[in-house]
Amino acid sequence: MSDSDSNTVNKGRRRMLIAATSVVGAVGTAAFATPLLISWMPSERAKAAGAPVEVNVSKVEPGQLLRVIWRGKPIWVVKRTDQMIADLPKNSALLVDPESAVATQQPDYAQNEGRARKPDMLVLIGICTHLGCSPTYRPELAPADLGANWKGGWYCPCHGSRFDLAGRVFKNVPAPTNLVVPPHFYKSDDVILIGEDGGAA
Amino acid sequence: MAAYPRTTEATGVLGWIDERFPLLETWKAHMSEYYAPKNFNVWYYFGVLAMLVLVIQIVSGIFLTMHYKPDAELAFASVEYIMRDVPGGWFIRYMHSTGASAFFIVVYFHMFRGIMYGSYKGKRELVWLIGMALYLALMAEAFMGYMLPWGQMSFWGAQVIINLFQTIPVVGDGLSIWIRGDFVISDPTLNRLFAFHVAAVPLILVALVFVHIVALHTVGSNNPDGVEIKAIKDDKGIPLDGIPFHPYYTVHDIPAIVVFLMAFFAIIFFAPEMGGYFLEHANFEPANPLKTPKHIAPVWYFTPFYTVLRAVTLSPFMGTLAMFGAIIMLFLLPWLDRNPIKSWRYRNTAHMLNLAIFAAVFMILGYLGVKAVTPEYKELGVRMTEIYFLFFAVIFAHSKSENPGRYLIWFLVLAAAIIGIDFWRYNPDDAVSAGQIMWQWVWPIGYLALTLLLPLFLRGCNAEKTVPERVTS
Repeated sequence: MSDSDSNTVNKGRRRMLIAATSVVGAVGTAAFATPLLISWMPSERAKAAGAPVEVNVSKVEPGQLLRVIWRGKPIWVVKRTDQMIADLPKNSALLVDPESAVATQQPDYAQNEGRARKPDMLVLIGICTHLGCSPTYRPELAPADLGANWKGGWYCPCHGSRFDLAGRVFKNVPAPTNLVVPPHFYKSDDVILIGEDGGAA
Repeated sequence: MAAYPRTTEATGVLGWIDERFPLLETWKAHMSEYYAPKNFNVWYYFGVLAMLVLVIQIVSGIFLTMHYKPDAELAFASVEYIMRDVPGGWFIRYMHSTGASAFFIVVYFHMFRGIMYGSYKGKRELVWLIGMALYLALMAEAFMGYMLPWGQMSFWGAQVIINLFQTIPVVGDGLSIWIRGDFVISDPTLNRLFAFHVAAVPLILVALVFVHIVALHTVGSNNPDGVEIKAIKDDKGIPLDGIPFHPYYTVHDIPAIVVFLMAFFAIIFFAPEMGGYFLEHANFEPANPLKTPKHIAPVWYFTPFYTVLRAVTLSPFMGTLAMFGAIIMLFLLPWLDRNPIKSWRYRNTAHMLNLAIFAAVFMILGYLGVKAVTPEYKELGVRMTEIYFLFFAVIFAHSKSENPGRYLIWFLVLAAAIIGIDFWRYNPDDAVSAGQIMWQWVWPIGYLALTLLLPLFLRGCNAEKTVPERVTS
């Protein structure tokens, strides 16, 4: 009589078979899930759409904000007036990071008082560091809704974050860090290339 | 299960089916011989209304899908096409958009009913958990649906919600890119959320509704008195206080359905946008990735949680955690409220106050979520968020009323926590916010005084009543 004819159950063998089947099943599930999950990654077409952009700033008036798009994100180019530049240090006590100490928020060449390559020309990614809204440009002095201390800057309509005219974040707002300065350099006096640091970095 | 061929009392076609499928048995178990307590009041309409709205949403949604294009270039125009060119299209779309808000209205009433009468107690924890899972799935469904018209609010709402995942340390960046399928919200994001909205999540919703009802019918419905009707049965084994769901409650529900549909269609015909609350004005503008609308707020049913998100400024991740925490806390209610008395009718006054204040705070949080952030509202949002979370500690403290001295300890600990947070938040350089902190502390401390000190010093407010053996009226 062979084993299979008897009524005794080999529990060890049964457990081993169940375990082996479960493992194969789990591996199979993972293998099946892989193509589904990686199908969510950015497609080759999406990855290709990230080339640098050129901006001519010769016609930007003092105080004016110019919007361009780079990698699907809004980029702001602001020509600051002398008054705006003079007001920047007055905000320092109210800021989270007045010295731009968080290195990931700007390239080395923008780690200065105005967070810019040229003091009057500010280049920022116009996306709030909180949850990605695009803050509103509010260059005016002391408007009623923003209070008497307002020296111009950005206000995020989504969650109330505030930034000064160097994109530095104020204390006690949801955004944790200053706005990001994207890599950029001056191809000539009037043309900025956004998306590359250029040789001078 | 009966052996095949099944024996059945039915003959003819029904008998033929019943020998092959447990039709009569199912009908009896869930309809004609499901004994529901006889003392249901108006609060018990909202469950059936939620099912009705689900059907409206599924039917109107299927027809919208026949005309809608899930493509970032075409989506906005296809919705306008439905509104203007498709015969009856405006009606189908307004049914669907009004249905979304109606869904949340009835679900919020349904949930508060459960909290008032302790319907998560007495082996009903799973009913509550499945219900909360339904609520979560419903929020996901509503969020994805709101994205489909690809208006300004669709775009920026999705931007905020998906960036919540970006705030998770370490994996956040990769995770949010994976969810979006791009570095920004764009066509692939819209396309995949469409797939979820019309196929995956509705399947989950329907399956959960099924399980919700099976679990409920296994334990039996609670009622406004919180009396277990199965405890006293007649000699046939039928609960004395129970009546068959069909025909009594099926017929009983019809007037409620009629009243609901009157309100529902009145909104569709006369105020489908509901003053910008059901359909926000900014969403009639096509999505523009370069420009956030001046004033951005989620649709009303998300605003309480949105205020919690805005209130916690410690770090974006903490804000996200607080927001999801606010929902998770509701899941835990059956294990926090350990008082054996189910219905608030027989609990002490402090508990009733606690529930009433919680409902009010939820509405204030919702109101703040549609308003722009001023220093005053910002602080109020923080304070209401504090009360929202304190509620769960207080409902735990109310689990035992015998020893009111414990309330004092709870009061001191919770008040100390609130004041500790105030000390940490206080920044004299920021005079406006500091001034707000200095007076708005009265809200959470007042709340704690009403719910913990009141029953301690006024014995009457701590007195629990005897739960009757049979249901009343």
